[in-house]
Amino acid sequence: MAISRRKFLGWMGAAGLGATVGKSAHAASNKHFEGYPDSPGVLHDIVRCVGCRSCEAACNSVNQLPPPEQSFKDLTVLDRKRRTDAKTYTVVNRFETESGGNAPIFVKNQCNHCLEPACASACFVHAFTKTKEGAVIYDESVCVGCRYCMIACPFEIPTYEYDKALTPRVMKCTLCHPRLLEGKLPGCVEVCPTEALTFGRREDLLNIARERIRRQPDRYIDQIYGENEMGGTSWLYIAGTPFRELGKREDLGLTPAPALTAGALGAVPIVVGLWPVLLTGIYAVSQRKDKIAREEQSEAIADAVAASKEDAAAELKKVLAMKEKEKETAINMAVKKALEEAAKAQEEEAAKAQEEEAAEPPQDDPESKPTEEDS
Amino acid sequence: MDGNIFTLQDFMFFTKAITYLVIVAALIAFPAFWLFLTDRDE
Amino acid sequence: MSDTKATTGGSLFTPFNMVAGLILLVGGAITVLRFTGGLGAVTNLSDYNPWGLWIGFDLLVGVALAAGGYVTSAACYIFGLKRFHSAVRPAILTGFLGYALVVFALHYDVGRPWRLPYPFIVQPGTTSVLFEVGACVALYLTVLFVEYSTAPLEWLGFKRARNLVVKLTLVLTIFGVVLSTLHQSSLGALYLIAPSKLHPLWYSSYLPVYFFISSIIAGMSMVIFEGTMSHKYFHDKMDEAHLKEADGVVLGFGKAAAFLLFGYFVIKLVGLAVDNNWHHLATGWGLWFLVEMLGFVLLPCYLYAVGTRDKNIKMIRRTSLIAVLGIVLNRLNISLVAFNYHLPSSERYFPHWMEIAISLFIVTIGVLVFRFVVTRMPILYEHPDYKDAH
Repeated sequence: MAISRRKFLGWMGAAGLGATVGKSAHAASNKHFEGYPDSPGVLHDIVRCVGCRSCEAACNSVNQLPPPEQSFKDLTVLDRKRRTDAKTYTVVNRFETESGGNAPIFVKNQCNHCLEPACASACFVHAFTKTKEGAVIYDESVCVGCRYCMIACPFEIPTYEYDKALTPRVMKCTLCHPRLLEGKLPGCVEVCPTEALTFGRREDLLNIARERIRRQPDRYIDQIYGENEMGGTSWLYIAGTPFRELGKREDLGLTPAPALTAGALGAVPIVVGLWPVLLTGIYAVSQRKDKIAREEQSEAIADAVAASKEDAAAELKKVLAMKEKEKETAINMAVKKALEEAAKAQEEEAAKAQEEEAAEPPQDDPESKPTEEDS
Repeated sequence: MDGNIFTLQDFMFFTKAITYLVIVAALIAFPAFWLFLTDRDE
Repeated sequence: MSDTKATTGGSLFTPFNMVAGLILLVGGAITVLRFTGGLGAVTNLSDYNPWGLWIGFDLLVGVALAAGGYVTSAACYIFGLKRFHSAVRPAILTGFLGYALVVFALHYDVGRPWRLPYPFIVQPGTTSVLFEVGACVALYLTVLFVEYSTAPLEWLGFKRARNLVVKLTLVLTIFGVVLSTLHQSSLGALYLIAPSKLHPLWYSSYLPVYFFISSIIAGMSMVIFEGTMSHKYFHDKMDEAHLKEADGVVLGFGKAAAFLLFGYFVIKLVGLAVDNNWHHLATGWGLWFLVEMLGFVLLPCYLYAVGTRDKNIKMIRRTSLIAVLGIVLNRLNISLVAFNYHLPSSERYFPHWMEIAISLFIVTIGVLVFRFVVTRMPILYEHPDYKDAH
């Protein structure tokens, strides 16, 4: 399934719209998704963990990661808090909390394999896939190295090979996806000597966790970390002390990562659909205003010209009547003068109209602009 | 199982792919329609 | 860099050229280091801090400050404010250079830059906000290139091609505004997916709106600021129309920016109210937030307003620098300062000097190319063969 979907991914596949439209949401509505049915996960019982770091060693060997600087047998590593890095998919940290009586508490950390992974939602080449086997896997063959997945991950799990010049990869736990496909357990689960890690259907794991909490309410707090955090994770945790004291953030919220950006992404096609209409409308209105202004202007000019022509004619008559007997040259001069005055008046009129035109409306426009682009 | 979508992530992946195709078509269609709308003006 | 003389002609060894040359040399050396030793060799990036200065400054600030192109061309061609006409070309040029340099800078930041087209030709990650940003930036860079191309086409004398592009002006402008709306806002939307990492005072579901509105402010302020610089160094290149309209552009954009800043301040308050973040104001983070809000939003808003009322061009020009710095501060706050606020200081990010050097290197390239273009092509003046052609 992962493979067939993968093939869809190129635009070539997207062009075969029929197949896509034909896909229906599993749930009754398009709003609610429950994840792959019967998809497996891992339950980490923090109370049972003894901090032996066997899981770290197993992870290192099954994933063929580079050898560590300090041996996995060396427990002094636990003296400082560590995180996953490009050479380490999983780390065990030791916590001493007051509510836990200052006894050492060991917590394993690795990719939680979210039901709705933030990394997958963030990746612009679709390099991450949530598989039906529960694992969130990464395809380095398409990765551009933008590291947005690392920004997005609420658990700060993905790491990057900053020291590689040409082929840097994002590195993170794969839930041993290749081993799962072979029917084997993840390396860490297989090797755990105290059954602090249990692999199984997520539904079953939730029941097991609840059962343990119910049976030993004095050893466990009544919370399953990962049940709902950011839409839930395939890894689940139960512990005897509050999780916030064990390096797990409790303020992540319940909203699955894809839902956080759904609103913004949903606005994109609406902007594309409406902006051209709105902007063309504004353009058409401003053009029309210009046109009307031009028409009014030329009308005014025509009026002015007509008026001045009448004046000129009247004056001409007067001149003619008064100086009937004067020479023709004198008449011609008077006519010329009158016409010149008319032309001048006309020019002034036009210039005045233009000035008023240019000064008036634009003063307000920059203000109205933001309100129109806002929304 | 192949025909079904189980996660919001996959649902958005498919629906957004279609939306993007719609957007591209719309951007081409807008100027064309505007020309059709106004080519008898004046 | 702005304090050095950028005038052309005469000796090649002006102080400006020497400094620019030095920056280019250092930048070149770091470039070699980056592509032989990897990101780790030249940056302070870590697994906790995957995005540093090259995203915070080169991408976020770069794109915001390049918004002048769409703002000015929209004002002139869509809203019909013809008196902004002489400001369009310099703004388009600044926009085009800005976006080109943003894309150039991304080649340093991403791990495998030759794969940058992958989202569009190999496998689109349609659920990603970054996909949308990438698509819009790529398309808008193309739009800006076509819009800008009239200048070199006139310079080279290709009349027919130039006239064809001019015919497309309206379509290109509308296309530009649509794409800008989308990616300017989406740069803010990038952070929506990390509510647990960005300090609540800066995180808001309105982030895309904040980024979009502030990009308009950035665009207008940049046009004013860049005009100020151009007047200082390229005065001889400006024609009568440009000089005559320049004050009108400053007044118009100053007035618009003042009102926009006011609206921006209001919606930022709304953001505080809907998330009930008032109590954070009493913390150290709140103080820093107030510095941004009062010193770099309300202050420029007020100064722009006073400058507009008094028709004080000089005051508006000076205010534009505060507004531009405010945008820089806002983008850096969101991407670097308030991001990962929950981590202990030992895990926080501060840029390596080589990251800063590369950012300087890229800005220098921008200034040099800008100078090359405006001293040769019809940017600040109209080409004599094409007067009244608009």
